[in-house]
Amino acid sequence: MSAMTDDAAGFEPDAGLVPTEAKIARREMLRQLLRSKTFIVGNIVILFWIFWALTGSAFTPHDPLEQTADILKAPSSTYWFGTDQFGRDIFSRVLAGAQSTMRVAPAATVIAITFGTILGLIMGFIGGFVDDAMSRLVDAILALPLIVIAVVVLTALGSSNITLILVIGLIFTSPIARTVRATVLGERQLDYVQAAQLRGERGPYIMFVEILPNIMGPIIVEATVRLGYAIFAIAGLTFLGFGVQPPSPDWSLQISENYTLLSAGSYWWTVLFACLAISTLVIAVNLVADGLQQVVDE
Amino acid sequence: MLVFGASSLLPGDVGRNVLGGFASQRDVDIFNKAAGTDRPLVTQYLDWVTHFVQGDLGTSLQYKVSVSSLLGPAFTNSLKLAAVAFVILVPLSILGGAIAGLRRNSLTDRVITITGVSFTAIPEFVTAIAFILLFGLWLDWLPVSATAPEGANIATQIQYLLLPSFALVAVEFGYIARITRSSIVENVDADYTRTAYLKGLTKRDVVGKHVLRNSLLPTIAVVATQVGYLIGGLLVIEKIFNYNGIGLRIYTAAQNKDYPTLQSGVMLVGIVYLLATLTADILYSVFNPRIRFGGDE
Repeated sequence: MSAMTDDAAGFEPDAGLVPTEAKIARREMLRQLLRSKTFIVGNIVILFWIFWALTGSAFTPHDPLEQTADILKAPSSTYWFGTDQFGRDIFSRVLAGAQSTMRVAPAATVIAITFGTILGLIMGFIGGFVDDAMSRLVDAILALPLIVIAVVVLTALGSSNITLILVIGLIFTSPIARTVRATVLGERQLDYVQAAQLRGERGPYIMFVEILPNIMGPIIVEATVRLGYAIFAIAGLTFLGFGVQPPSPDWSLQISENYTLLSAGSYWWTVLFACLAISTLVIAVNLVADGLQQVVDE
Repeated sequence: MLVFGASSLLPGDVGRNVLGGFASQRDVDIFNKAAGTDRPLVTQYLDWVTHFVQGDLGTSLQYKVSVSSLLGPAFTNSLKLAAVAFVILVPLSILGGAIAGLRRNSLTDRVITITGVSFTAIPEFVTAIAFILLFGLWLDWLPVSATAPEGANIATQIQYLLLPSFALVAVEFGYIARITRSSIVENVDADYTRTAYLKGLTKRDVVGKHVLRNSLLPTIAVVATQVGYLIGGLLVIEKIFNYNGIGLRIYTAAQNKDYPTLQSGVMLVGIVYLLATLTADILYSVFNPRIRFGGDE
């Protein structure tokens, strides 16, 4: 987000009167955000998981990959969340499991936002044939359930983290391009864009220097919303076996490794805590997205 | 702006199928030369499409039986599951949204909205497992398997499908409820509602005859769109419950590189998805006359 504000800041000097107004508006937005309890709670939860994603297994009570003789032990004072079928400490695995999700989902979102914004700007600003052709392409990608396309493509290309990031990133480009395009269409009518055109500025300059800073709000909201969807989609695909592979402590992987034990005997702790971890993260991301949306909409 | 429906989606979908066909054919070459895969891709693709349209889906590479005999029962099973989920989902989410909308900003509203948003955000396999734990193992109310014993009657079959349906319902509930809620809110604030009150109608009449009727119509169109998402959810849910539906077939075919089955399965899902979107677009313009003459931007 800081890079985005930097962009806007770099834009200020030649905009004359705009800077002070923009700055006041931004400060007002920030104040509103900080007043929203859900936004703050969401951020705290996300920061918690970012911490564990960054530190990995450095601070976990046990080594998340270490196998012991204590197999499928119920939660106790030694193993807070119990152990799995290989005697690994589930508490440590849940904490360390943040890492893969926090790497893959944001990476996919960054790819999607970058390409989606560029495409959307081009579609909305240039219009005409380019817009028509690209819109049909976007429609085509959105014409199938995401997970079905992803499964087909990952089968053809083979599954790894990198392909997973690329596939989700590229599929998500479509809806983002669509949103950005709609926003650009609204901006294009405004005086400042016409003024720039009359000044004889070139297309790319108008798109990226004039329009982009002004539609940053909706783009940030879209990015947060997509991050939530990306976690959702990647979790599903990892669960199906198309993402990171064992013995990674990834949450979805833990669930897919252990859920069959549920019917064998109720080893609920092997899946429940991973479920809770993934739920807290997606809900937190959605709370943040919601808070941002409310402020940007006003 | 919403005219993209029929005309644009149809050619777009063909493009998607070409892509799907190409992507997998590349690997088929290595796997199976005997199947005539050394012919030009376009010929193969046309060949496959022609056969598909005629109802001949080819032979499964994995099971050595015809794909249609594999996918046929699976498709029926999926329809059953989707139907049960839908029957629970639609009244529940519309009711939830309507209550939330009519009691805007109350505690009830906030509880419904937050529950909805949370369930929508949580991946379906996570909710499914939570439900298995809660209703299947701890409370022991429902069977944890989705497949009813051979020859079971309809009531038993539905009972077995309840748990997987709940998970699908959970994911979709928030979305439909939110649309209903905002539609209701919009109509409660509308001028005609005030006129109705000023005319001296009771609250019950205003809500029942004006607000609900006007806000539910567009919601129905949105519900049709959700059929598509429901199908996406089937893939994961059927895997969890090991339920022999189209989602599980696609998954197994993908795992075993069984391309004929994979292609036909994806194609089937695509067709259903397309029909749902089309229905949604048509319903939307039927219920909302303003769209029809809207044109572009």
